[in-house]
Amino acid sequence: MAMLHTVNKSPFEKNAAASCVKHVQAGSSILFIEDGVYAAMAGTEFADSVKNVMGDCKIYVLGPDVRARGLSEDNVIEGVSVVDYGGFVDLVTEHDNVQSWL
Amino acid sequence: MESEGAIKKFMYVNRKAPYGTIYALESLEVVLIGAAFDQDVSLAFIDDGVYQLAKGQETKGIGMKNFSPIYNVLGDYGITKLYVEKESLDARGLTLDDLQELVYEDEDDDWEEKPSIRVVSAEEIRDLMVEQDVVLSF
Amino acid sequence: MKLAVMVNEGPYQHQSADSAIAFVKAAIEKGHEVMRVFFYHDGVNNGTRYGVPPQDDRNITVQWGEIAEKHNIDLVICVAAAQRRGILDADEAKRHGKDGDNIAPGFRISGLGQLIEAGIQCDRLVVFGD
Repeated sequence: MAMLHTVNKSPFEKNAAASCVKHVQAGSSILFIEDGVYAAMAGTEFADSVKNVMGDCKIYVLGPDVRARGLSEDNVIEGVSVVDYGGFVDLVTEHDNVQSWL
Repeated sequence: MESEGAIKKFMYVNRKAPYGTIYALESLEVVLIGAAFDQDVSLAFIDDGVYQLAKGQETKGIGMKNFSPIYNVLGDYGITKLYVEKESLDARGLTLDDLQELVYEDEDDDWEEKPSIRVVSAEEIRDLMVEQDVVLSF
Repeated sequence: MKLAVMVNEGPYQHQSADSAIAFVKAAIEKGHEVMRVFFYHDGVNNGTRYGVPPQDDRNITVQWGEIAEKHNIDLVICVAAAQRRGILDADEAKRHGKDGDNIAPGFRISGLGQLIEAGIQCDRLVVFGD
């Protein structure tokens, strides 16, 4: 089974992102939304944690939340795909199940 | 209350400490109501969620109701799978001895009393999570 | 697909309600059915009709009501969580001797069973919270 994990808090505020990457199974995906998008940005202390799971999992970030925070989609970690809300919906339906890390 | 069709796997994920916020108590309320629907239910206690099961909670000093006794009745409601993550316990200096002793009576084994708490690794929790149909986070 | 959504936080305090609304709209645009949105914890506060947010900002409660009416979505507020936080319909207000009710159009108050039922009947259930 392939699970979609969503993370909506900054990795510097809460441990939701860290806990998620510890529990994501190979073949599953992670989508960063809301304040979680900071986890998908290059050059932060959390970037390596994301890169470490990228070999086994697909990582996505919600574009509208990136732009809302004054961040650039050009600055997401290489290999992270930017999606919109339609893409969010597709990820939910394309995966077998979904879990939100709050 | 019966539900038609195949039984689904429901997992309730608890990652927050009790009392500082209401999530622990209100997630328990969902579990109790959900028990009537005869689904395949498990609870996962990860990160600060492991604190929810700590024994010896005395709440008079903070003026809040001690809801930890409710975990004791879960067995009677057919909720018998409480997965507690070992790494989360270790990080917090806790062992199984620090947690409430929660049991259920196994109707398939002459009503023998068995522990509901299963201390498992993060890897095992990960494998359990991916098999769920519905994951409720609080 | 048949989808269900759970909203755990109140309007404005967290982005949960906004994210949920955007998700629901996108799901409908994609041709999916959103059977139910279940409001729990402080999420019940999405259902008060007495909110008066600034005129130049979005009205989240009204947005919920509009999207529910347009697409026949069941907006359910958990009764236990609502009682704690003071979201009442006329029946609840009468039952508890309160001098008024405050539930917003499009919402109804019901039990946690509605959440479990949504999980059972829908293909996916997505949680928005803190």
